[in-house]
Amino acid sequence: MKEYTFFPGCSSEKNASAANMEHSVQAMCKILGIQLNEIDDWNCCSASIGYAGGGQLPRLSMSARNFALAQQQRGMTDLVATCAACWLAMREAAERIEHEPEVRADVNVALKEANLSYEGGIKTRHLVEVLIEDFGWDALRAKVKKPLTGLKVAGYVGCQTNRPFGIAGESFENPLYLDKMIEATGATAVPYPKKVACCGGALMFTEVEKSCALVRDLLQCAVDNGAEVIVTPCPVCQLNVEVYQGKINQLFGTNFNIPVVYYSQLFVLSWGGSWEDAALNQQVVPAEVLRRFA
Amino acid sequence: MAYDLSFAQDVYKNSEMGHWIKMCKQCGVCAGSCPFGPHWEYSPRQLFQLVRAGKKEEVLKSHSMWMCTSCYNCIVRCPRSLPITHIVHGLARYASVKGYADPNQITNRFATQIFWPNIVGTGRVGEAMLTMRLYFADGLGAGIKRGLEMKDSALGMLMTKRLNPIPLRGKIKGYAGFAAMIAKAQELEAKREAGA
Repeated sequence: MKEYTFFPGCSSEKNASAANMEHSVQAMCKILGIQLNEIDDWNCCSASIGYAGGGQLPRLSMSARNFALAQQQRGMTDLVATCAACWLAMREAAERIEHEPEVRADVNVALKEANLSYEGGIKTRHLVEVLIEDFGWDALRAKVKKPLTGLKVAGYVGCQTNRPFGIAGESFENPLYLDKMIEATGATAVPYPKKVACCGGALMFTEVEKSCALVRDLLQCAVDNGAEVIVTPCPVCQLNVEVYQGKINQLFGTNFNIPVVYYSQLFVLSWGGSWEDAALNQQVVPAEVLRRFA
Repeated sequence: MAYDLSFAQDVYKNSEMGHWIKMCKQCGVCAGSCPFGPHWEYSPRQLFQLVRAGKKEEVLKSHSMWMCTSCYNCIVRCPRSLPITHIVHGLARYASVKGYADPNQITNRFATQIFWPNIVGTGRVGEAMLTMRLYFADGLGAGIKRGLEMKDSALGMLMTKRLNPIPLRGKIKGYAGFAAMIAKAQELEAKREAGA
């Protein structure tokens, strides 16, 4: 059993938009032998849009509090995130706390109000990196009990898992790890030229039509390349690309109805987990095309 | 007409990552890499040149900075590795704090009036309340209209247990300390932003 400190983030809470990611991640980790120790009493990372209301220091302090709690509760154990925006916000905060003495000093003045302090040093990682680096492709392939043979999948990496930090060892323009994950389940990764294009992110809330136009192109590209399902590591991508299909069909006269799932859901299913273990009962666009493997 | 350099100097000093604007070589790769590129009144490249030219009102009243989806494409493609996304975020924040940003610009309003109070109010995002407050920001009629437009999605989210039927959420346990931390950080931030 490998242990990590865990930051689930707000969208992974019960009854939140990425509850299906969280459920399938826990099932995936159980099969693989990973214990995720959630930081007790964590707060929001400030997300993609927190800069406008929060500015620099309040925004960075939010991640600093989580680091300080992680250190208090779990020492310097690696901190793992599953949400792209959380991981990005934490990586950014960690970098600035470590490299900018002024930021570190100010953050600690703020933290003192919560009787906390943090000087840096905890490594923040994405769960995808843990799978690749600490387990490896052979170990992931070895878990397969029900290969997803014949399933055509478009691997949609999105933005924030890929830029500005990205999964270690991958390129910004053509990261390959998601296609390799798809292939590791026995499925077929179709060519997907839109794999690192933007879904609109948090601007889906405010600039709905502009963002829907981006997602329309993402969906069309998947369909054109013969995908039966889209897979992503990012909860913002998953939400935007799945849940807005009805709206997009209204806006553009299209007829999209393609399931969008997480890599963790594909792994759980191919590793012999149930439909419920994979949280496939929590899809807004039903993933019936996966039923034959359950 | 003489150049007024005080605006550029203030941005370099007090807007987050603003000093990097000096390094922009005006190639335009940021503009061409932006998923919302066609929707910007001034592209990042143009915004940076306007800052350097002292065009305060043109920059700060522009809706451009609010078009950033935070995709970070511009950052990784910038040949000078400038943190363009962060510079643009900084300018948006600067325009908002200095009172130039249009308070009715939808992303400005959402980010500063709805999202930030939502997260610091309890310590975590309350997704259901966030959506409700955004939908009803223009009054009851507009809220019901937008709610109805999205009713199938909302119902789908509810049925799959991905949306809380009760929009209110509790505070984190250490909320008192969290709130004191945010208050102190905001106090220091206000001093920094005022150029102190």
